[in-house]
This record gives sequence, C-alpha cells and structure tokens, in this order.
Amino acid sequence: MATSALPETATAAGPADRPAPVGRLRLVAGRLAASRGALVGAVVLLLLFLLAFLGPHLTPWDYATPNYGEIRRPPSAEHWFGTNGIGQDVFAQTVRGLQKSLVIGLLVAVLSTGLASLVGACAGYFGGWTDRLLMFLVDLMLIFPAFLVVAIVSPRLRGTGWLAFVLLLALFNWMITARVVRSMTRSLREREFVAAARFMGVRPLRIIWRHILPNVSSFLIIDATIAVGGAVMSEAALSYFGFGVRAPDVSLGTLLAAGTADAPVFPWLFYFAAALLVLFVLAVNLLGDGLRDALDPTSEPGRRRARPRRTNRPRPTNRAPRTHRSTP
Amino acid sequence: MIRYLAKRLGYYAVLLTAAVFLAYALSCAALGPRAYFEAKQPRPSAAAVDRQLTALNINDRTPVVERFATWAGGLLRHADLGRTIHNTPVNEEFGRRIWVSLRLLLVGSLLGMLLGVAGGAWSAVRQYRLSDRALTVFSFVLLSTPVFLVALLLKNGAIAAKDAAGHEVIPFTGYETPNLAGGLGTHLADWGLHLLLPTLSLALGGLATYSRYQRSTMLDVLGSDYLRTAEAKGLTRGRALVKHGLRTAVIPMSTMFAYSFLGIFTGAAFTETIFGWHGMGEWFIQAVNEQDINAVVAVNLFAAVAVLAAGFLADVLHAALDPRVRY
Repeated sequence: MATSALPETATAAGPADRPAPVGRLRLVAGRLAASRGALVGAVVLLLLFLLAFLGPHLTPWDYATPNYGEIRRPPSAEHWFGTNGIGQDVFAQTVRGLQKSLVIGLLVAVLSTGLASLVGACAGYFGGWTDRLLMFLVDLMLIFPAFLVVAIVSPRLRGTGWLAFVLLLALFNWMITARVVRSMTRSLREREFVAAARFMGVRPLRIIWRHILPNVSSFLIIDATIAVGGAVMSEAALSYFGFGVRAPDVSLGTLLAAGTADAPVFPWLFYFAAALLVLFVLAVNLLGDGLRDALDPTSEPGRRRARPRRTNRPRPTNRAPRTHRSTP
Repeated sequence: MIRYLAKRLGYYAVLLTAAVFLAYALSCAALGPRAYFEAKQPRPSAAAVDRQLTALNINDRTPVVERFATWAGGLLRHADLGRTIHNTPVNEEFGRRIWVSLRLLLVGSLLGMLLGVAGGAWSAVRQYRLSDRALTVFSFVLLSTPVFLVALLLKNGAIAAKDAAGHEVIPFTGYETPNLAGGLGTHLADWGLHLLLPTLSLALGGLATYSRYQRSTMLDVLGSDYLRTAEAKGLTRGRALVKHGLRTAVIPMSTMFAYSFLGIFTGAAFTETIFGWHGMGEWFIQAVNEQDINAVVAVNLFAAVAVLAAGFLADVLHAALDPRVRY
C-alpha cells in the first residue's frame, strides 16, 4: 500500500514548476546539515558516545579498584581527572558513569515513546470508551510526580539491577507524549486514506501500524530525541538521592552524589561529571531542535525567518506553538 | 464559565480519590514497616510487633482495602492523617512542614512563570537582537541542567562567597536564622534572604521553559493583522503589544503551567533536601527510608492536591483569558 506516504513527501513532489523530487531522507539530511545547532549537537553527541564506550579502554585504571596510596590527588598526567576519597580514578569512573547514563537514557526514551505512541494512537483511533478510559489513566498518572512513585517502589527493587529502574522510569514518562499522539491521531482518522483502508476491511491495529504511526513518526522521532535528555536528567536526580542506580554500579547521578560534599575543596570530584551531564543534555536538545525544523515543514525555522527590523509585514497567524502542533 | 469550572472540579475530585487510593495501595505494597519494627533492639516478640502495627493501622496482615477505609474514615471525619511510625500524629508534622514547602513552591513557580512570560515576550519583540540571542542561549543551557544541579551550583557559589568574604554572605541552609533577635522587619528580611537561593533554583528552570514557549507564541502574534489594526487605530506600539498581543500569546501558557507544576514539585523536593529546608520533600525522602507508610501517603496527598490545584488554576486562567471557553 502506498497510502502511508507522508504528506510532506507529497508536497515535495508536487506541482510541475518545482524542481525534480528529492528523497525525503536527503531532504531532511540536507535541512539538518544546514542548521548549525543541530550539527554541533550531533558532533558533540558522537564524541560523548565515543568517550563513554572507548574511554574505559584508554585508561589503565579500573573504575572500582581503590588505591589507598593515592587519595584525593588533583588531576595529573597519570590520573586525568584526579582520584577520589578512596583513591579510585575519577576519569575511569566518569566515563563508566557516562556510559551507564547514556544507555539508561536511550532505553527509557525508546520504551516510553513506544508506549506513548501505542496508547495515544489507540485512544485517538478507537475513541469512545477506550479513549475515555485511557485518558483517565493518563490524567491519573499525571497527578503524581514520577519521582514520588519511583522513590516509593525503589526499595523493593534493591538487588534487581538497573534494568528494572529503566522500566520504572519509562513507565512514568509517556503520558504527555501520548496526549499529543492522541490528538494527532484523531485528525488523521478523518483522512481519506485511513477511511479507504477501513472500507477495504483492514483491521484497526494494522491501520494504526501502517497508516497512523508513519504519519506521526516525525513527532515521535523529535520527541524520543528530547526524551533521551529528560531521561538522563531524571536518572541523575533519582540516583543522586539514592533511589536509582546503586553501588557497585556508577552513573553520573551517583558520581554527583558522592562528589557533592567535597565539591568546594576538591572540585574535580564534582565538576567533571556535572559538566558532562549538562553537555550531553545540551547536545541532545540542540539536535532535537534541529530535527524539529528539518522534519516538520509547518514549523518555521527560527533562525532563518526573514523579518526585517521594525517593519510589520503581515505574517500567517493562528499557528499553534511548535510543540503542540499537528503534522498534517 | 462557572459551569465549565464546576465540571472540571468534579472531574478533579474523582481523579483525586482514585489517585489517593492508588498511592495508599502502592505504599502498602512497597514499604515494609514490619521489618522496621522487627529490626529493633531488643527484639520485640511477634505479637508485640503485630499489636504495634495494628495500633498504627499499618499491619500488613489486614487487607489493604480495610486499612484504607479506616484511614480515609479518619481523614474525612476528623481530618486525621493517622500516626507516623514513631507514634506521633502525622497532622502535627504535616502542619509544620506544609508552610515551609508552600512558601517555596508558590514563590518559585509564580516567579518563574512571570519572569519566563516577560522574558519570552521581550525576546520576541527584540527578535535577533543581542538580548534575544543571549536569553536563548541562557535558557538552552538552563533547560539542559537538572534542578538539583542548579541548586547544588548555587549552593557551591554561596559557600565560595562565604570562604572569600570570611562570613556568610547569602545563607544556604535552612529557612531562618535560629534564635534571631529583632522585630518583624528583621525576621522578614531574614526569611527573604533564606528564600533567595532555593527560590532562584526553582524559578530559573521555570524561566527557561516558559520563555522558550512564550517567545514562539508571541512571534506568531506579532505580525497579526489585528495587532496592526490596533496600532492603526492610534494605540501606541507598547499598549497594542500588551493589550492585544500579550493577552493572546499568554493563553497557551496556562496549559503549560499545569504540566510544568509537576516538574516544579519534584524540583522543590530536591531543593529542600539540598538547602536543608524541613519541608514536605525532605520528609518524603526520610519517610520512604523509614518505611513510614502514613507519612508517605500524606506527602502524596499533598502532591496530588497541589498538582490538581495548579491544574484548576490553569483552567481558571484559561477561562478568564480566552472568551471562547465561556460557554
């Protein structure tokens, strides 16, 4: 079925006075490369991933082995980020923590966006009682800050490892995205290609999978990207208060927790992890912003908008804020 | 408008009931007060532990629904939240801590919203100027920094200032100077100074979020025909911007307020712990570690009511600003 063609592709291959049709992937890649912020974000992300996964092999030190002869040494040629209170190498710990935080962030983002698209598309497509029930569930889960619930449940998870923590984070991170997917699905449901599929007898779940989800994929990609940053921040916060990743595992959150008390006197125990955390989330946000401009032609690229100073050209109005828009 | 708000209020009441029951059931399932009593020295007998648990209404051998009925009955009849695991009334602790938290939450969230709306609108009017670019970069960096890290950085800054000056320049622990002598003015100034850093760490996050949204909605409004008409009819640009532009551009913010309050509440829990405020957030973390079911449920109740109140406030704001809602 060709009906799952995205509306954007249709406009790119539109009237005859347009240049030859460009593939969607190349179009998006071209727009993305033209945005400086997205490019910087992508390069920084790549470097951070390399650091997280190659870093442990670059240093002769192990992240867990204490060395009581070298306590709280400042950064040097031997220990690049210095050593901590029991002589562990801070560089080895930081790259190891970064690795864990990145993996958790990616998994949580993929899981929560997947769940959100499933719930949102079902609620929007089926409508009626399904919709009411699912939206009640969303409202119910939105009442409690995820932090409270994760903290209550976390003592039970002691000893189950960090994967259970990932599931828990994902379980409390999908609600707002699901709402947006629902409203997008509701307007997609009224379109001709969905109606055509329905009249041909295609089963509802198949329609959602083949026709609805591909049409909200732009939003889902952007949302998942931003969610990686959010998940890394939640992980750090929960681990900081002892409700997330636990020893002997290290993450950016546990490193920050361990370094807090020493930060004024031994800054290397705190600021390397803090800087990497901020740098990572910043890069994710820059890339997400660039993706939004590249994937969504209805959003106006913020930087290149031609608006001469002090003159008031009439501009299109009634535009929804950029995150709450609908794709078609 | 009244009917619309009444309908919302009814829905919130249903949500609150369901949410509190779920929180109660979840706390009972996840926390183990029995283990807490059994670990005491000298070791109490099984019967003694049972008696104590039953007296506190947290005995895991009683069905959850029955315990919830007892707890809810006490709450509805005598506004009684039960007893803590140390056999002191939850109400007493709750009453003391709620004002500490509310002070922080109210000032922090409202200040963040005001600064964000003002900053975003200002930024949109001055699009591409230096001030706009500076605010954009600033809010991007802030959006990428978790609240607890902002709080820690502010606190480290205050410690550094103290070390440099030789005395405490800006207080960074607690919400008042103990045993402070002086009149009302001295006390108010002391409160304000203690409020400065924790509020700032909450408000900065709000400033970053709101200003990004406000900038983009304001930009959409700026070129609109009705704004030009207002100016053509003789309004000054400033008056037209505030009365016709800002009012329209603020409407989507009311929804944002309801959503972002969740984040602010979480942020406040972190901020309290970091700055040594004895508020609800700190109590919660302590209660989870002590397996104190009734205290945990009390904080959850507070969170649910606070979030729903923010949601209701957003509804009122929306209805007041947007005439299309008043049907």
